[in-house]
Amino acid sequence: MATLIAERPKAAVRPSRRRALRQQTLTGWLFIAPLVLGILLWQVAPVFVSLFSSFTDWDGITDPTLIGGANYADLLHDGLFWTTLGNTVAFTVGVLPLTLVAALGLALLCNAGGRVSNAFFRTAYFTPYVTSLVAIGLVWTKLLAPRGPLNTVLSAVGVTGPSWLTDAHWAMPAVIVVSAWQGVGYPMVILLAGLQGIPESLYEAAKVDGARAWRRFRSITLPLLTPQIFFVLITQFITSFQIFALIFVLTKGGPGNATNVYIYYLYQNAFTFGRLGYASAMAWVLFLIIGIVTLLQLRLQRRWVFYS
Amino acid sequence: MTTALASPGVSRRAGRRRTLRASDLLSRSGRLVLMLALALVFLTPLLWMLSASLRTEADIARNPLGFIPQTWEWGNYARAFDAISPFLLNSVRLAAINVVGVLVVASAAGYAFGRLRFAGRDVAFFLVLATAIIPSIVLLIPQYIIFQHIGWVDTQYPLWVPRVMTPVFGTFLMRQAFLTLPQELEDAARVDGVSVFGIYARIMLPQVTPALAAVGVFTFVESWNDLFGPLIFINSTELQTLPIALAQFQGEFFTTTNLLMAASAITIVPVIVVYVLAQRYFVQGIASSGLKG
Repeated sequence: MATLIAERPKAAVRPSRRRALRQQTLTGWLFIAPLVLGILLWQVAPVFVSLFSSFTDWDGITDPTLIGGANYADLLHDGLFWTTLGNTVAFTVGVLPLTLVAALGLALLCNAGGRVSNAFFRTAYFTPYVTSLVAIGLVWTKLLAPRGPLNTVLSAVGVTGPSWLTDAHWAMPAVIVVSAWQGVGYPMVILLAGLQGIPESLYEAAKVDGARAWRRFRSITLPLLTPQIFFVLITQFITSFQIFALIFVLTKGGPGNATNVYIYYLYQNAFTFGRLGYASAMAWVLFLIIGIVTLLQLRLQRRWVFYS
Repeated sequence: MTTALASPGVSRRAGRRRTLRASDLLSRSGRLVLMLALALVFLTPLLWMLSASLRTEADIARNPLGFIPQTWEWGNYARAFDAISPFLLNSVRLAAINVVGVLVVASAAGYAFGRLRFAGRDVAFFLVLATAIIPSIVLLIPQYIIFQHIGWVDTQYPLWVPRVMTPVFGTFLMRQAFLTLPQELEDAARVDGVSVFGIYARIMLPQVTPALAAVGVFTFVESWNDLFGPLIFINSTELQTLPIALAQFQGEFFTTTNLLMAASAITIVPVIVVYVLAQRYFVQGIASSGLKG
């Protein structure tokens, strides 16, 4: 595509050529103008506003007061900050392996059968992913209610189910399971695409060599799938660390603060307690945590991700 | 995974080909049963929602597990619809604006990044992609501050203007799609004297309909399911979108499970329908995002 301009006849006089170039630049920028303007207005400018406000005491209505790094210092002594950070880590540690293993299992199943059945099952497993978290959260509230369907099943086999979402021990595991159920479709599709990219000839060669199914999985599938697994790991970490919607609908952070997570506390600070500066500082700390972990993952990938 | 099941213990006389077929059949049906069971796990909450939305409250209370309504209460939907129709309308209108807007902005930018040559193109593309690493939560509070300054809080502008103007992923997908088209198409049109805009709109755009479909479906789902935007920027009840209205006013409108489930179904089912119809593009869009990673 770059050659088009260069191959034009050299005879063209210089001024007109320069005008053509200017015309091209103008046209190009006109095409991208709405996007670039949007990025500047709604992403770049807010970054600076956010950075500024994180060093202020600001309720959003009266004028901000610059207070230096006090918000960041206060975070260190905020017990709830640590509680919610711990809960977020616990949620991530619970949901990440669950989602990854489930996604891999489902992708393997969907990759093995006939084309029609695969499309059908893939659709079924993926469906929860497109549902509104608020609406599906309301459905789960009913399903997990003390006298709801789940506990009815349990009582049929002689188990008295807890009040899942208001029990300090069960609320977090319940949120983790619902979250994995809802979110597994996305990583599954990514892994499935990876599986479909592995050449069939490798498996045939391995079969000829007498490699059993498990061995073929370990020596062919898993290594060749590591780029996709890596991608899923990074994206799922980022999304699970920002869990909000399900908490908002299912538990509101309760009981007590048993499921109060980072973003929920940030949201409360900003829009319930009116501490915009403090919440901005929280947002930057979160950005920092996510950034560091992601960088760490990028560094570690050389040890285990296999690029053919 | 299951092929190892049947391979040992079959007599050699049966012939290699026939044993393979028998084992295939066994593993295939085993896998099918497993996949069906899993499909049930994934769909049961949705089926329960549909079933509960069609039952009487007493029916649900008596038998929470039942899936077949004793009487089919289609009237539940009429009553739920009455309560949520203003919010449904808001959601539909916003989704339409967002889809059309994103398609225009993303396809124009994607075309320029993929097919046009101009000064500053690569720097601009890098800038656009780089913003993708900023978590949306970092932007939320300053956006709120900005909207407050320009008087946009409690209007619907925050729910579509930023989304329409910053379709980073959509631009990326569109650029990839435009890059795969052959150069001859453009050359021929240029010789015929078609303008750059004409080439984009009339020649190239029709060639990338799958990518347009993918971006359109993504945008629809995102707009429809958006939580933070309406939650934070909207205060007036009459401006609220469907999912948020559902969460915030459930106590007010729906004291009963059946009506709440009917309203949930009205929120969820349109997205599922769109997804099932366009799932080929949807899945392709996701898969390509993963391959680039």
